[in-house]
Amino acid sequence: MLGLQALFFYLFALVTVGSAVSVVVARNPVHAVLFLILTFVSAAGLFLLTGAEFLALILIVVYVGAVAILFLFVVMMLDLDLGDIKRGALDYAPIGAIIGVILLAELIIVVTGNYFDPQLSVATAMPTPPLAEVSNIRALGSVLYTRYVFFFQLAGLILFVAMIGAIVLTLRHKEGIKRQSIPRQVARTPETAIEIRKVQSGKGL
Amino acid sequence: MEVGLGHFLTVGAILFVTGVFGIFLNRKNIITILMSVELILLAVNINMVAFSAFLNDLVGQVFALFILTVAAAEAAIGLAILVVFFRNRGSIAVEDVNSMKG
Repeated sequence: MLGLQALFFYLFALVTVGSAVSVVVARNPVHAVLFLILTFVSAAGLFLLTGAEFLALILIVVYVGAVAILFLFVVMMLDLDLGDIKRGALDYAPIGAIIGVILLAELIIVVTGNYFDPQLSVATAMPTPPLAEVSNIRALGSVLYTRYVFFFQLAGLILFVAMIGAIVLTLRHKEGIKRQSIPRQVARTPETAIEIRKVQSGKGL
Repeated sequence: MEVGLGHFLTVGAILFVTGVFGIFLNRKNIITILMSVELILLAVNINMVAFSAFLNDLVGQVFALFILTVAAAEAAIGLAILVVFFRNRGSIAVEDVNSMKG
């Protein structure tokens, strides 16, 4: 069914490009984030068409589920002034358009030229097994955890450093809040904590 | 018409240029600039996956996975810096980032 594949390719490609343009030109940052989510979902559809199933699902889980929601939280938390953002937005549009057109022309020249020969299989580092025999995630895992295990660990380290960095940057100690001070609690002695009084009978303190 | 490598590369190229144009267009708004950077990284990922599929090489997908990891870390750090900046200055306009007068 080549026709069906082409149909879905053009559907996903159109939605991807259209929502990407909407991300860029949207005035309201919340709308921009929602269009970003649509871009990621349709790009995941494109990934599925090429057979990269694991990456497509990871794109939805990590990008739509984590990164885009993080963007949404920040956009809603910051309480932005929309009028201020709108002012002078088109100042840099001409030079941006010039650079964009030049870049697009260069990329189209590269893409439409016959520099990439699909029959070129001399330089294949790790051939993809057919999807009917080995599932995509299994094939990916057998490469990722063997040949690229060092890079895999490095990716984990990068995420760890990013997590610590984000926490350190945004952590704030508020004043005027009662907090537990463990050294003070440990340093308490009976002399500082207890007061013994003689209570006479029939009288209060 | 059969969908080939060029089709995917064209989508990637258009997405990349859209991201670059977005950086120029939204000079006032760092959040949209960060989203444009995400678009650029997505375009690179589409290229990686397309080459991986059409050259029958699995390593492209492995590296797309690493690009995804780095992009997630970049978004987290970038948004954290953005939140700290907004707390200090009360705005996120790029033109206000001049307190060091470099």
